[in-house]
Amino acid sequence: MSAFGQIATLVRKDLLLEWRGRARTLSVVLFGIITLLLFSFATGPDTLALRQGAAGFLVLALLLSSTLALSEGFRVEHENHALEGLLLAPVVPGALFYGKAISNTLFLILLAPILTPVAVVLYAVEVGPGAFFGTIGLWALAAAGLSAPGTLFAAMTSRVRSQDVLLPVLLFPLVVPVLFASVKAIALTLSGDPMGQLASWTQLLVGFDVIYWVLCGVLFRFVVEEGV
Amino acid sequence: MKRFRWDAAVGLLGLALLLVGSYLGLFEAPAERHMGDVQRIMYVHVPTAWNAMLVLTAAFIFAIASVWTGKPKWDAVMTGATEAGVVMGALLIAQGMIWARPTWGIWWDWDVRLTTTLIMVILYAGILVLRSFVEDSDRRATWSAVAVIIGYVDVPLVYFCVRWWRSLHQIQSTPETVSSAMIVPLRINSFAILFIAIWFVAQRARLELARRRAEEVAPPPRRDRRQAEETNP
Repeated sequence: MSAFGQIATLVRKDLLLEWRGRARTLSVVLFGIITLLLFSFATGPDTLALRQGAAGFLVLALLLSSTLALSEGFRVEHENHALEGLLLAPVVPGALFYGKAISNTLFLILLAPILTPVAVVLYAVEVGPGAFFGTIGLWALAAAGLSAPGTLFAAMTSRVRSQDVLLPVLLFPLVVPVLFASVKAIALTLSGDPMGQLASWTQLLVGFDVIYWVLCGVLFRFVVEEGV
Repeated sequence: MKRFRWDAAVGLLGLALLLVGSYLGLFEAPAERHMGDVQRIMYVHVPTAWNAMLVLTAAFIFAIASVWTGKPKWDAVMTGATEAGVVMGALLIAQGMIWARPTWGIWWDWDVRLTTTLIMVILYAGILVLRSFVEDSDRRATWSAVAVIIGYVDVPLVYFCVRWWRSLHQIQSTPETVSSAMIVPLRINSFAILFIAIWFVAQRARLELARRRAEEVAPPPRRDRRQAEETNP
């Protein structure tokens, strides 16, 4: 089977597992909604402050939800030594990485159509269809930027003690450029872009996505080869 | 009789140069026109910044060598360089805060240079934390090298951010924009801190290799997930 065929099979397998055991999806969605609620509690009932911070709260909800999804995605592979089985199948390590990263990205993208309307209602943001779909598109780019390094680090941390602490410690500082660019781009999409800055922030986001997807894809082989 | 170590000589030379450079910076160089004596912290702040970038770049190169060859010596020097980078990054932030308080009127500002530097320090400190959690020495070497390679993506961002975005922090100076009386202590301290960093990295690398040898003789009990599952299925 070609590498592309392997990636497609792995993505299908992961999505099928998600579909059959919907408890994880539900818990991650609920966690995202709770996070959005908590931000509004922390800011207080100041509608203007909530509206101004809406983009940041949305992206932080994505980030916090992603750690749950990413660590769980690799934990299931270690049960019954499934990862060794996949590598012996044989699946190319690069295909394994891209399969996992794509399914993680798709999973995080699925949160957008649920969390964005919640944020719109909770933070009193006025959005038209263009801004709504623009936000979803930027969310997808942010999800891709989180998923690539997140998948690589989850492959490491799922095999050590205190994995729940280690994954955010490694991932959060690394993805700050992605968070920064996505918050700025989503804020400009939601509140208007009079200075024409949206394109440059989106380019920065795409740039980091490309760097992480290429670099993590190359390095994943060393992570799984070193004592699966 | 104790064996002479080249790195100790380099470290002592660095300390001597630091004394000379600091004396020149504190007592011989002219006070800056607007900031006065507060500016003299530049004689350690700028060399610390340059060398922090340098040792983290070295850590990146050592990490590639470690992943490529799998030799313990590259992992050892990479660990030393990463630790030196974290220490120097923390010192850099502390020096910047001491300078910012009388100059900007605040200890901290969410300026792009300050923020990216803080994130860089936290990122590399996280990699050191990862090392402490992985008990298998080969796995620890590979994983931390992979993390150092990816983490290096943020280092050019720290250097170039003041040019790419509007920043409260000034952009890089050149010898043409600085008085020659200021350049001499700045250069002396740059080499001084570089030599001290080399000493630190060499010492730390030696310790890391000794630790690895000790682990091979008496491996620590493995407490990772796999073993826990195998012990308690």
